[in-house]
Amino acid sequence: MLARAQTWWMILRISLQERLVYRGDFALGTLMRFLPIVTQIFLWMAVFQARGNQALAGYNYQDFVAYYLLTMVARAFSSMPGLSSGIAAQIRSGEIKKFLIQPVDLIGFLLLGRVAHKLAYYTIATLPFALVFFLCRSYFPGWPSVTSFSAGVLSLVLCFLLGYFLEASLGLVGFWWLEVSSLLFVYMLFSFFLSGHMFPLDMLPQPWHTLVELTPLQFLAYFPAAVLLGKIQGWELVQGLCLEAGWVLFFMLTTRLLWHYGTRHYSAYGG
Amino acid sequence: MSPRPNYLRVFLTFASNSLIREMTFHVNFLIECFSSVTWTMMNLGFYLLIFHHTNSIGAGTGWGKWEFFAFLATTMLVNSLVQAFFMPNCEDISELIRTGGLDFALLKPIDTQFLISLEKVDWSSFANLIAGLVLLIVSLFKMTTRAENPLILQPHMLLLYAFYILCGVAILYSLMIALSATSIWLGQNRSLYDFWFYITNFSRYPMEIYDGRFGRPLRLFCTYLIPVLIVVNVPAQIIARPIAPSGETVWPLAAFALVATAVSLIVSRWVFLAALRGYRSASS
Repeated sequence: MLARAQTWWMILRISLQERLVYRGDFALGTLMRFLPIVTQIFLWMAVFQARGNQALAGYNYQDFVAYYLLTMVARAFSSMPGLSSGIAAQIRSGEIKKFLIQPVDLIGFLLLGRVAHKLAYYTIATLPFALVFFLCRSYFPGWPSVTSFSAGVLSLVLCFLLGYFLEASLGLVGFWWLEVSSLLFVYMLFSFFLSGHMFPLDMLPQPWHTLVELTPLQFLAYFPAAVLLGKIQGWELVQGLCLEAGWVLFFMLTTRLLWHYGTRHYSAYGG
Repeated sequence: MSPRPNYLRVFLTFASNSLIREMTFHVNFLIECFSSVTWTMMNLGFYLLIFHHTNSIGAGTGWGKWEFFAFLATTMLVNSLVQAFFMPNCEDISELIRTGGLDFALLKPIDTQFLISLEKVDWSSFANLIAGLVLLIVSLFKMTTRAENPLILQPHMLLLYAFYILCGVAILYSLMIALSATSIWLGQNRSLYDFWFYITNFSRYPMEIYDGRFGRPLRLFCTYLIPVLIVVNVPAQIIARPIAPSGETVWPLAAFALVATAVSLIVSRWVFLAALRGYRSASS
């Protein structure tokens, strides 16, 4: 048990050090990522001017700006750049063999890698994030209540796990398809629109709104941001968190199943 | 053999070679066409959603639903042209420098900038060009046939529109080649490339939205210093909103766009040549 914990601790430390190599690039890249939001903010300002500053789906202009900034936080938790394509590439090149031989579990190994990545990311990204949030403080309705805040933090942790297990599942489909880029494209297309990082999902007119609520994508950006903004409260909040946890569990099981059957299907291509 | 190559014939050979390549993997080609159009449709869906909640972008700017869709179509036309002709090549420049492949381009008896900016043509980008044309025709049809305040389309508007689209492409190309050329100095330019993406992000909206304390300086900066705002705005205004509700016409800006295009091309050529002089064949 202790030896096992030591192994995982070592993996975490190595990944962490790997991630901290390019810290300057990291900090700059984080600031750059706020740039597209600038144009979005101007766009919504123009829309609100045309509406005579009437609230839109329960959001006023200030809420919109705050919402965009908070989705940036949510996406910093849920986005897993290169995870699925990395897994598929390992399957294709045969590199995945090492996980079949070594007593290390691929899903746990990669999860720790991502935890390390995110930890490194936040140590460095906190500064640019704090700067932007400080500059934009007048757009926020004030600090969230204790309930909203703790629920928000919980939903962020869950959205990290959801992002990880969802994308890992997509990558593991590579056991059957080898090349998953078309699948990833479809996923990206839908998550671009339905995760809510382009607009608060409350804006969608009816059949679409229900449809979106049935997918796990809303938890990747919309839900944590809306919770932190205090837009979701009471029973709705409890329901949302349970649903999010349910989706995490669902994709956790999916990755296990895909791994179990995938490794049996695997025929060790590559060198 | 004449010492001066026939540039048009060389370009046509590039284009046909690229087409042959794309047709070799024709399923891949179709998927790429399909995926780029789908992205555009998603984008269109986003703006449809916005116009579900408002009837114009900005108060009193004249960018109503169909005017804005004509604007969006213009963005699609400009971007698809840049993507078809220049994007696949400029993407490769930093790789050419890193691997030393630029040596071979320098040895050829043809202008190096011409060679490395037009070698490949991405034919699948024309799918978006067609989508843009369809959207443009639909928007123009809606605007010219509506009951109140119909748009009166004149032949010279169409000609100028096409001309200013080409100017826009030239400005974006200049920006791109200048940024890629700097990778000769810097070795790697991944973040510069992101920078290019973020800068052009500003060009995708009507310039009127950049208003207020921060918007005004931003608008001036992106119009006169890095002229990305005029890339789409000038042609789109010519075709969809030649006279703003405030009475302001597009012509002074259009005149400036000519200057901006010429200056961008000259400056980027200069940057490219200067960068080339600093090239030290990396890996030979």
